[in-house]
Amino acid sequence: MLKTLSLATVSAVALATGAFAAGDAGHTEDFAFSYEGPFGTYDQNQLQRGLKIYTELCSACHGLKFVPLRTLADEGGPALPEDQMKAYAAAFPINDELSNPQLFDRDLEEYRTLLPTDNFPALETAGAPDLSLMAKARAGFHGPLGTGINQFVKGIGGAEYIASVLTGYTGEEKEEAGTIFYENTAFPGGWIAMAPPLYGEDVEFNDGHSNDLHSEAEDVAAFLRWTAEPHQDARKRTGFVGVFFLIILTVLLYLSNKRIWAKIKRKD
Amino acid sequence: MAGIPHDHYEPKTGGEKWLHSRLPIVGLMYDTLMIPTPKNLNWMWIWGIVLTFCLVLQIVTGIVLAMHYTPHVDQAFASVEHIMRNVNGGYMLRYLHANGASLFFVAVYAHIFRGLYYGSYKAPREITWIIGMIIYLAMMATAFMGYVLPWGQMSFWGATVITGLFGAIPGVGDMLQTWLLGGPAVDNATLNRFFSLHYLLPFVIAGLVAVHIWAFHTTGNNNPTGVEVRRTSKEDAAKDTVPFWPYFVMKDLFALGVIMIVFWAIVGFMPNYLGHPDNYIEANPLATPAHIVPEWYFLPFYAILRAFTADVWAVQLVSFVTGGIVDAKFFGVAAMFGAIIVMALAPWLDTSSVRSGRYRPMFKWWFALLVVDFFVLMWVGARDTEFPHDWISLIASAYWFAYFLIILPLLGVIEKPLPRPATIEEDFDSHYPAKDKSAGTVPAPAE
Repeated sequence: MLKTLSLATVSAVALATGAFAAGDAGHTEDFAFSYEGPFGTYDQNQLQRGLKIYTELCSACHGLKFVPLRTLADEGGPALPEDQMKAYAAAFPINDELSNPQLFDRDLEEYRTLLPTDNFPALETAGAPDLSLMAKARAGFHGPLGTGINQFVKGIGGAEYIASVLTGYTGEEKEEAGTIFYENTAFPGGWIAMAPPLYGEDVEFNDGHSNDLHSEAEDVAAFLRWTAEPHQDARKRTGFVGVFFLIILTVLLYLSNKRIWAKIKRKD
Repeated sequence: MAGIPHDHYEPKTGGEKWLHSRLPIVGLMYDTLMIPTPKNLNWMWIWGIVLTFCLVLQIVTGIVLAMHYTPHVDQAFASVEHIMRNVNGGYMLRYLHANGASLFFVAVYAHIFRGLYYGSYKAPREITWIIGMIIYLAMMATAFMGYVLPWGQMSFWGATVITGLFGAIPGVGDMLQTWLLGGPAVDNATLNRFFSLHYLLPFVIAGLVAVHIWAFHTTGNNNPTGVEVRRTSKEDAAKDTVPFWPYFVMKDLFALGVIMIVFWAIVGFMPNYLGHPDNYIEANPLATPAHIVPEWYFLPFYAILRAFTADVWAVQLVSFVTGGIVDAKFFGVAAMFGAIIVMALAPWLDTSSVRSGRYRPMFKWWFALLVVDFFVLMWVGARDTEFPHDWISLIASAYWFAYFLIILPLLGVIEKPLPRPATIEEDFDSHYPAKDKSAGTVPAPAE
């Protein structure tokens, strides 16, 4: 059963990629994320909401195999407090035979996991792609005419693409070769094999934050942007500090150079 | 050693004399750093320092990255993510290295076009030019193999396409391709040898750079006028030049500072802008990306590769004449490498006796068109091959060859050059007139 299902999904994905080759790019809505621009940082509350949506819905099919669980407690990320972090990690069975096979170690005389990892589990059996890097592996914005100006102005738009796909279902369905496709305005080719994962009011937030479809899609896209680029806030700080000191250095070099050349250029 | 006459290092203390008679390393450093340099060099002469900086940056960041990277098809992609997430400052190392490659190519293209405009390739600097072209080829090989290492989709499929080019060579192609890949397809053997060579080639480049510098320290720098430094005496040479230290070291460092501000901002604020999203998908030999696009710095030559399809009459003619041995694929490969070869042959294709484009009224326009042509090729190299892109790439490729093979030889014959200054000093003084002279030419104000 599982094998048939995975085969069906693989062929569905293959068909969907074939449609992409036809060059019919979908429409990406320009969401306004808090992390945009040189000074934008992640919104910690939004990342925590996104984590909740991922955990309760997306994680049924999609893995985050490159993301270490412990990073959920990191600064510049969802920054879960220690007790919540421990509770969250405790939910993942580390000796799960299915997702992490074991091997008997004769020297230690005990079972050890074959793939020791502290990451989120890899889930690819359902044909659903891993989401660790999805927000960097897709471009929401292109052109115009291959110049790259839109990406320069708006960013590459991976998270915008994710949020647009989540909100882009029209409700139309069609069946091809035993697989149901759902019409989606953001997905390249217009038909996606993933059933609508969010309808709005799928999760409840303790602080009563809005949980309509648009806001949920935005939150989980922001979370996936963080999983793809976990050190973004630190990187931007490094960028700012570096540019600041380089400007000072360059001004000093300019003045030194001017002074040295003054005599040669007869300007002293 | 021939060269511009100048003061050489003289050991003074006993210790200096002791060392100098055994290993004249201080003298070598002194002579290299104090080399007389034409004092009229403009801002296009800064790229050499930028390139040297890039090489050092790439080697330093690359060595540290190699400490954390795993060259195995099952682990390469994950090890890059390990660098991005778990290694302290790993994300900066990797983004500096990836964008450092782009800066390297920005600088090398500026450096090459500087040489083409001011005739830096002409006698007696042909060796410098040829070594420069070899460095450029080595850079392309290094950058290409480096791009394969993260083992993303573009890594894998780019490697498949580019090594496939060698397979297009008639007769030995298949054998050569298998030998390059270490097997019938891009796989673990390919990744391992690319990692090994990616580590080796930068040191080969460093050696070539030393020879490049040695060559032009022998001939002396070219300069915007193309007029040689007077070598009649030390005093004459001193009128045309200033020592490299401190004058040009400071100037170049200032220029490097400006470039570093832009570079650091790109690394800090938009490090993935020049990359391709598909390379964040792990390599999958079963799924071909919709569009396989090389890195931006390969696009002009990639466009030339794709321009010559079987529909082009020149391709059909060559194919007919050679009895089908040269097909469209091999023609494209030959055109791509040929585009670099004709550039390397510029010293012998350019017949003009005037070195600098500044004094060549017709050359200027053809050169400007070549620069435009380069950007058109770069743009069209990333587009699909539908109309009108096929025609644009064909015309742009044709102009690239026409510039070197027809225009450069012809211009030397038909062009009437403008008068040139007799000396570098004269050119410099026209920009920065001597005070006493200018005081004399200004008429005294009426009382």
